[in-house]
Amino acid sequence: MAEVDLRGVSKGYKDTTAVDDLSLHIKDREFVALLGPSGCGKTTTLRMLAGFIRPDSGQILIDGRDVTDVPPERRPTAMVFQSYALWPHMTVADNIAFGLRLRRLPKSEVDDRTARMLEVVGLPGVMRRYPSQLSGGQQQRVALARALVLGPKILLLDEPLSNLDAKLRVRMRDEIRRIQQELQITTVYVTHDQEEALTMADRIAVMNKGILQQVGDALDIYDRPATAFVADFIGSSNLLSGTLRLGGTSAVAQVGEARVPVEADGLPDGAAVTVSARPEDMEVLRAPAPDAFRLEDPRLVNFGAYKRLLGRHPAFGQLEARVPKAFALGKEPVYLRFTRARAFTSDEGDRS
Amino acid sequence: MAAQVPALPAIRLTWWIDDPRIRRMLLRLFAAALAVFIGIPLLTLVLWSFAGEWFWPNLIPSQWSLRWWQEVLENPRVTNAMFLSFTIAPVVTLLTALVAIPAGYAFARLDVPFRRTLLLLFLIPNAFPRIGLYVSLAVLYYQIGLIDTYWGIVFLHMIGTMVYMTWITTATFRSIDPHLEEAARDAGASPLRAFFSVVLPLAMPGIIVASLFSFLASVDEAQGTLIVGTPHYITMPVLLYTLISSFQRPVAAVFSVLLALPSLLLLIVAQRYLHSEYVAAGLGRV
Repeated sequence: MAEVDLRGVSKGYKDTTAVDDLSLHIKDREFVALLGPSGCGKTTTLRMLAGFIRPDSGQILIDGRDVTDVPPERRPTAMVFQSYALWPHMTVADNIAFGLRLRRLPKSEVDDRTARMLEVVGLPGVMRRYPSQLSGGQQQRVALARALVLGPKILLLDEPLSNLDAKLRVRMRDEIRRIQQELQITTVYVTHDQEEALTMADRIAVMNKGILQQVGDALDIYDRPATAFVADFIGSSNLLSGTLRLGGTSAVAQVGEARVPVEADGLPDGAAVTVSARPEDMEVLRAPAPDAFRLEDPRLVNFGAYKRLLGRHPAFGQLEARVPKAFALGKEPVYLRFTRARAFTSDEGDRS
Repeated sequence: MAAQVPALPAIRLTWWIDDPRIRRMLLRLFAAALAVFIGIPLLTLVLWSFAGEWFWPNLIPSQWSLRWWQEVLENPRVTNAMFLSFTIAPVVTLLTALVAIPAGYAFARLDVPFRRTLLLLFLIPNAFPRIGLYVSLAVLYYQIGLIDTYWGIVFLHMIGTMVYMTWITTATFRSIDPHLEEAARDAGASPLRAFFSVVLPLAMPGIIVASLFSFLASVDEAQGTLIVGTPHYITMPVLLYTLISSFQRPVAAVFSVLLALPSLLLLIVAQRYLHSEYVAAGLGRV
């Protein structure tokens, strides 16, 4: 059992708020990703969980115990650092055994656990090497082993894959997820890479400017973003700003002269809104139709598996639609229709 | 639309550095100059210390002798001075390290108020003519009874060595990734334990270099020691001054060689240590 409870946690530096009144519950054995752009407060949050930073206000509970004032060495957490932070003057075995020796375990058990953990991370036979003699991916595994060998209740990872090349990153991603599942350990994973968050985590907590924007699984975050920031940050979106017009059962956003049908849960008539539509929620038409807008200066960008159709509209500005790879532009004009668009209150604007 | 930006001709005044032949030649020239300027005076010293008879225009002594060595080593004043020098220097180094290592760590890691000012403060003794400082220190020593005492000399030497130690250790500690220390805390080490298990071993090369400088500076210090240590506490360089003024050149040469020996030995030891594996791996940043 290992649950984490962050209750109204805030942390500010001189003139900025790094984390603003953050509350988050992490369930036992859950893998939660803290996702956001750099400077969003995700690393500060992680370091508060580890005990390196003391929050200005709020509480941190692990299994119901208040650990807000407990120093890192007495917290049941283990952290994997972005730079791995392996001790260069110790061998791999000594790096992993350090914490075990501090706990005065008998030598045979120390050796035993060290060897076993190296097997778990898939790196047997490097015990006597020094960290500098290992590749980046191997160092990563040693750092993971060093954190896991102490049997922590909570595993904390701070952008652990950002120093690896793209191919290795994907492999380590699966590897970390496999190990997490195998050991059934509650995990908090900080990343700015949405692909990592979407593929690895049970739930994703999106942060921006110190504020928790939304917590949910990959589908929630992608399909039902809670704020315009989330809609823009996860995947890509066409963003328009306009005014909400409610009429009976339908809602439209008035953007300049144009009107776009939108989903707007609970927003009042006349509210200033930001409209977000995914490129895959744009229908491409070859002929004019009601609700369709002509795309000016259309051009195609090839992504291999699919293409993106880019262009402009006088009221909306830049627009983007995802089209099959066989799609080609001819001389005739193309039209876009919003098949699904969501409206968010523009008050979120200063949050994003 | 896009304006054609003409390629600028590359103007480099250091083109000759790129030529491997010229570079090799310059390197050799530099090594030769170093050998001439440092090696020849040292060699002359060694020759003089073993010279029985050496008159102009002979390039090397016409007669060899261990007479001067014998004379120096059998002189109780000399052996006393040697003994004193080598009992002062380790104590100075140790005491300096005890103060400078925590200070350096604090300067590097903690949010010390007026950090820059404090660091500059350490340099102040070097900003003035040393002799003035020593004279006023001697006046102070008279008042508090430290004049002509062992500890009086130790404290005087520490004025100089504190600078090396604090500056070098500050730079060393700052080059060590703080995450390494945090990782130790995370694994269950207390702050003190993290310092001794992770930070100190990684800082060792810097600390050893700083200690070396301190040790040599202490062995070498003559001006201040002469002022506050006479008449009872005569160290090697102080004695050397008196020997030079009495114009016994071979004796002075023997003495200089004796003074140079610890530096040489320590440098060789330090070089071996500094080449060890983990230092090569980079100071903490892997």
